[in-house]
Amino acid sequence: MTATAAKPEGLSVLDRPNSYIGKTVPRPNLDRLMQGRGLYVSDMELPRMAHAMFLRSPHAHARILDIDASAAKQMPGVVAVVTGKELEAIVTPWVGVLSHLKGLKSAPQHAIAIDRVCWQGEAVAAVVASSRALAEDAAEQVHVEYEELGAVTDMGTALDSATPVIHASLGDNLAFERIHNAGEVDEAFAGSDEVVEVDFVFGRHTGVTLEPRAVVADWNVAEGRLTIYQGTQAPHMVQNIAAMHLGLEERQVRVVCKDVGGSFGIKVHIYADEMATYALSKLLKRPIKFVADRVESFNTDIHARDHRCKGKIGVKRDGTITAFEIDDLTGIGPYSMYPRTSAIEANQVVNLVGGPYTTKNYRARARVVFQNKNVMCQYRAVGHPIACSVTEGLVDLAAMRIGMDPVEIRRRNLISDDAYPCGSPSGLKFERLSHHASLTRLLQMMDYDRLRVDQMELRKRGVHRGIGIASFIEVTNPSAAFYGVGGAKISSQDGVAVRLDAQGSVICQTSITEQGQGSESLTAQIVGSVLGVSMDRVRVILGDTDNTPYGGGTWASRGAGIGGEAALQAAKTLRGNILDVAAAILQSTPAELDIRDDAVVNAGDGAPRIELKELSRVVYFRPDTLPPGIQPELMATRHFVPREYPFAFTNGVQASWLEVDTETGFIKLLNHWVVEDCGTIINPQLVDEQIRGGVVQGLGAALFEKCIYDERGQLTNANMADYLVPMSGEMPDIDVGHVVSPTAESELGAKGAGEAGTAGAAAAVANAVNDALRPFGAVITEIPLTPQIVLTALGKI
Amino acid sequence: MPISLRVNGERVNAHVLPRLNLADFLREHLQLTGTHVGCEHGVCGACTVRVDDDIVRACLMLAVQAHGASVQTIEGLSDSGEISDLQAAFRDRNALQCGYCTPGMLMAAQDLLKQQPAPSRDEIREHLSGNYCRCTGYHAIIDAIEAAADARRRSVP
Repeated sequence: MTATAAKPEGLSVLDRPNSYIGKTVPRPNLDRLMQGRGLYVSDMELPRMAHAMFLRSPHAHARILDIDASAAKQMPGVVAVVTGKELEAIVTPWVGVLSHLKGLKSAPQHAIAIDRVCWQGEAVAAVVASSRALAEDAAEQVHVEYEELGAVTDMGTALDSATPVIHASLGDNLAFERIHNAGEVDEAFAGSDEVVEVDFVFGRHTGVTLEPRAVVADWNVAEGRLTIYQGTQAPHMVQNIAAMHLGLEERQVRVVCKDVGGSFGIKVHIYADEMATYALSKLLKRPIKFVADRVESFNTDIHARDHRCKGKIGVKRDGTITAFEIDDLTGIGPYSMYPRTSAIEANQVVNLVGGPYTTKNYRARARVVFQNKNVMCQYRAVGHPIACSVTEGLVDLAAMRIGMDPVEIRRRNLISDDAYPCGSPSGLKFERLSHHASLTRLLQMMDYDRLRVDQMELRKRGVHRGIGIASFIEVTNPSAAFYGVGGAKISSQDGVAVRLDAQGSVICQTSITEQGQGSESLTAQIVGSVLGVSMDRVRVILGDTDNTPYGGGTWASRGAGIGGEAALQAAKTLRGNILDVAAAILQSTPAELDIRDDAVVNAGDGAPRIELKELSRVVYFRPDTLPPGIQPELMATRHFVPREYPFAFTNGVQASWLEVDTETGFIKLLNHWVVEDCGTIINPQLVDEQIRGGVVQGLGAALFEKCIYDERGQLTNANMADYLVPMSGEMPDIDVGHVVSPTAESELGAKGAGEAGTAGAAAAVANAVNDALRPFGAVITEIPLTPQIVLTALGKI
Repeated sequence: MPISLRVNGERVNAHVLPRLNLADFLREHLQLTGTHVGCEHGVCGACTVRVDDDIVRACLMLAVQAHGASVQTIEGLSDSGEISDLQAAFRDRNALQCGYCTPGMLMAAQDLLKQQPAPSRDEIREHLSGNYCRCTGYHAIIDAIEAAADARRRSVP
């Protein structure tokens, strides 16, 4: 951290006149998006640009015997048909492992398959033509001869000796295994009054960003530079990887990220077809555009959450939870994704189960296996929905078993609000959480007692409503402990540069990125507040490796907490520099001066002394009038990374109120409440909307979303008509409340909020459904909670 | 095939392939990239435009079918000021995040308010039920449209 002893100030750097911190202000640049004047990668066109489409395997597992592209190459508009073998000379293969995930293994993956395809949808050839339509026409004339191989599709049997091994060189289909043991688990279960054991099943689902993945790669052979226009959350990571595998220096690669049509973790990975597009541009020496269509999105955007988890909880009659145990199994497709790997989600599940509770007895095993299905990797709230559903499902079942109210069992077991700092049995460090305060606030918001009365009354009339509660913790502000320590060149620090322009406005370059969360806004709010400059005078530049400091980007709920602190420190330094110059001009001292409303004023009485515009004019155009020895620096750069805690944990609690139609199995969501604690809130509206959007992604998983594969590894619902996403008609209003426990690791005190909604929504819904079905003695531990699942549990089908 | 139509009030004459859909025609031939393409099979609503007086999925309509019609895209509705109040309500309520669904949402919202000046929240949700938004969770969009409808009613003398 670069904070130096601050000059004496009456107020903290944030609590100042006209501060934007903690205020709802509209995001800059929304008008552009609302008027159709945004620039998404799918909108881009460059001179000489050609379009790539990928011919993809119809088989889940097959040997490629022959590719005959001779007819396709004669088709109108076709520039080239390129196979994996041809592209191998341009782009090297990669292996998605990290050294701190001990034992994690994977096989080399190529930009385009060479000898063998390992999932339905893996690219076997690229067709490049003057338009996407002509490329698709030509692709129909490419003849590929396959020899179909046995497909590994059931993760439950992936490790059986009779099951074929997908990558012979790896020896088996086990990508990663983690075993964790804390406390005295066997003794705890033996000493429990009740032990509940149940299997949880989670449907594999995906991100369904409205704008599919899109990239334009422009290799300028004369400059020896590759410019990549891509909707990505991590421009510097893409720069590093593209350079490494294309045989370039990082200085030869520029990554530009303009407007992005949704990301949610889908656009934070390196995809084979994107690498192929970079390589095609290099091979063909012209700009190449690739935009996934919706079928490709379903078949190649990372999937997530394909888990089966055995869970076990011990409880005493007084409600004391004695131990948790889990055995998690997840299938990740044929390769561990690059460079973040596909072991992180299972690892997170082990880390997070039981996290809100006091018991020290915890045993876990997680196994990650290969399959011939699309790749699986980190998607919004990585592992959290699994861990939260398992933990909160078990807690509710334990409460049910001992006849205790679900709120009461939580009150008796959640870590006390005055117990911090403390640790979890899985080794997590908690700086400061607020489970009890959050629960209390939630119960007030939802009027819990009245809802219970309503529930009983309605039940008498045959209306079955349920209340579900889910406490959760969320990993935010990750340090190098997430990826850096494992050898990945994914920066955990972020940088911000701020400068005063010649008219006293501020230009701010930040390494975090914007995909709609409000990175631009929070940066401008912080910089404006600290500098004393109005927000409309702060211009934020992001998403360009040539024009921003080096940094991680926006993922893992890190933009506000890490990028925001860098912005604060940079602005603070610039403020000091400005006051130094002002003092020299005004024959005063920096301590006697302040900046408010775009002008330097007397710190004491606020009387205006010199406008920033005038100060800039003097510095840039009449430096000759400054006292000798003064060299103004109207630009400052600062970086930040958390060092004390590997992650800034946040916490929260959600509740669902819903009605189950026991005749049709349909579930109607009536209300949803969230209380969460992300520390300092920079813009309440943006935080609330992050929570709401996250909740609805969790609700989609709870009720609708599932990638349905058949036993041959064919994805049977790869379109938006058959894969159901939450639409406005089925979603409830969502009430959001806050408890504020700032982190002391930064002056800003902000933790992340981007994934909290997704972390707990499905758990709250599942608990509410089981609460509604209590009179029937039915318990469901599988999502999505489709009518079929509900009716099956009720014994009606 | 030759087609002739009005787009945002301007006369457009073009030669197009019969298979070209209206969304691609607007985006690729006229560079009206505010009309977005999300699913290309009529589910997501990102490509919603107005053809004469009805909103349609531009991905499900062929460009040749728009021959003789008057098409309004988000660029047209923005430049004319027709939906400036809706846009202001979306901005104030942060009813967009990535913004990719927003042109289609605004098209659908304006269509609703023309038919029903005082919609209930459920009616708003129902009318938007063919427009997918992955970012907001819809709540803010419903609030914004409700607020714009209220303001319009209050401004009518």
